[in-house]
Amino acid sequence: MDDITDNKIIELEKKANDIRKSIIEMLLEAGSGHTAGPLGMADIFTALYFNILHHDPKNPNWIERDRVILSNGHICPVLYATLAHAGYFSTEELKTLRKFGSRLQGHPHREWLPMLETSSGPLGAGLSQAVGMALADRMDKGRSSSRFFFTLMGDGELDEGMNYEAMMLAGKERLHNIIAIVDRNNIQIDGFTEDIMPLESMYEKWQAFNWHVQEIDGHSFDQIIGAVAEAKTIFDRPSVIIAHTIPGKGVAEFERKYEWHGKPPNKAEAEMALTELRTLGGKIKNENQ
Amino acid sequence: MLNPTQKINTKIFDADVEQVTIRKGFGEGLVLAGEADPNVVGLCADLTESTQMHLFAKKYPDRFVQVGVAEQNLAGVASGMAAMGKVPFIASYAVFSPGRNWEQIRTNICYNNVNVKIIGSHAGVNVGPDGGSHQALEDIALTRVLPRLTVISPCDAIEAKKATIAAAKINGPVYIRLAREKSPIVTTEETPFEVGKAQIIWQANETATGGKVGIIATGALLHEALLAARDLENEGIAVTVVNLATIKPLDGAAIIDLARNTGAIVTVEEHQIAGGMGSAVAECLAQNNPVPIGFVGVADQFGQSGTAKELVDYYRMSASHIKEAVKKVLTRKK
Repeated sequence: MDDITDNKIIELEKKANDIRKSIIEMLLEAGSGHTAGPLGMADIFTALYFNILHHDPKNPNWIERDRVILSNGHICPVLYATLAHAGYFSTEELKTLRKFGSRLQGHPHREWLPMLETSSGPLGAGLSQAVGMALADRMDKGRSSSRFFFTLMGDGELDEGMNYEAMMLAGKERLHNIIAIVDRNNIQIDGFTEDIMPLESMYEKWQAFNWHVQEIDGHSFDQIIGAVAEAKTIFDRPSVIIAHTIPGKGVAEFERKYEWHGKPPNKAEAEMALTELRTLGGKIKNENQ
Repeated sequence: MLNPTQKINTKIFDADVEQVTIRKGFGEGLVLAGEADPNVVGLCADLTESTQMHLFAKKYPDRFVQVGVAEQNLAGVASGMAAMGKVPFIASYAVFSPGRNWEQIRTNICYNNVNVKIIGSHAGVNVGPDGGSHQALEDIALTRVLPRLTVISPCDAIEAKKATIAAAKINGPVYIRLAREKSPIVTTEETPFEVGKAQIIWQANETATGGKVGIIATGALLHEALLAARDLENEGIAVTVVNLATIKPLDGAAIIDLARNTGAIVTVEEHQIAGGMGSAVAECLAQNNPVPIGFVGVADQFGQSGTAKELVDYYRMSASHIKEAVKKVLTRKK
């Protein structure tokens, strides 16, 4: 990974903005799906696919690639949009989201879209699979393997007990090439996480399971890239990055509202959102609206 | 009479017939599968010796993962290992796997179509003194509804060994059901075994005049079915006994043939009658060749403590109950 420059950060911010526009467009076209999580994770997905990952969009099966395991499958619009913008497939295909015969299933299915590392949707199962991948990697390549297993998780899904079984095993086996990123956006379907089932102190929970823990601003490319760089230097334990994000980030009307967890925008809302994204929240005055 | 082409153990009706646990056959088979394929790995949820996975763990410690008492994680971790090219075998008691972790098996393994072998030991009431909480009577129903999953229920330790070796060679998810208690060795090393194929173990005496029945048995109760067949033949009833080790995919052709030849069927399994092997047979015959069917199995009850023999008797699955079921189904023939 290169040292991050201001120019590179501006480039990433623009890319994330394009991905957010695609998310709104595809959700409008689909007529159902989740809005808040995908918008909130657009910066982290952009940082991964356009700066951090060792991957090759022209050769998705490249054996040495880093793996991205999306645990909270319902935020797949951001995964699909990022894959398309990264060159895995055409952005035109994004409009097929959730439609009959589409490779872009409502929740990700690896059989439809083989470049995915797993299928997900039912919550809480991604970390276990990442642990399995990292264990297999260690059996084959030993502790010096340079492949990393990025596990993207929601905060609400940490209600699921299976996560803690996986956290225990990863800690026991000291699987240093797992880097989990928790989308700490404080919302889940029924409301705010701390009302539904309090998750704090999340930092201390992970630490108690022998993980290296960092907390960052999930919209700061500098912090996202820096935290992954630090995680890669930890060789005696797995790493988690608790990324504080704003659900619905980028569209003021959608931000911080749990009501936007599981619904798409209607036409008027989408137009408003696209206008806001096109002008970078009013920063760009001469954009053709 | 015993079907000579199946090379059945000639001592099966002797009082001193050799008795071995079916799970031991799995343990030995896994070591052989591991020798044949370096990608075979073992994962266990704190029941390594009970499931006999300790034989593999001892020989290949670097290819064994102890996940602790965590069956959901057991299934998820295996899915991840399979995605990286491993052939994971996961072992626990059937009540816990595929019981407790059914959704992980469904989504992470079957929906994901990865190459994981699920080993559910301690199925049936023969678990004995541990009681009903540990006696899986629902696992066939749980597994046979999952697309892509092959479901195998071996009749003895030798067949379990062959099933384990065969499972390692199948590119896809497989469930193998095992039992805790020792049971008679029915087959021999020479008995043919093929996943998806039913075998006629006992051939009917075609000169018998007391009616014809086909018995389809799975698991260790195959031995009880054979005891019943021998007695029934002495009473003049023509009985054919089929061993149905693979419950999914079902050998429909063999089952339809049997129904056509006999006109009445009795199914025998150490499992709930609802949703089990008998239900699979009934689904097949109702669509292709309807005949009267009697079901020997557990009738919507949980198990309890006792010896294996006491429990098989109490839940009406022993040779005498199979004979009763045969006679009853004969009265329903047109």
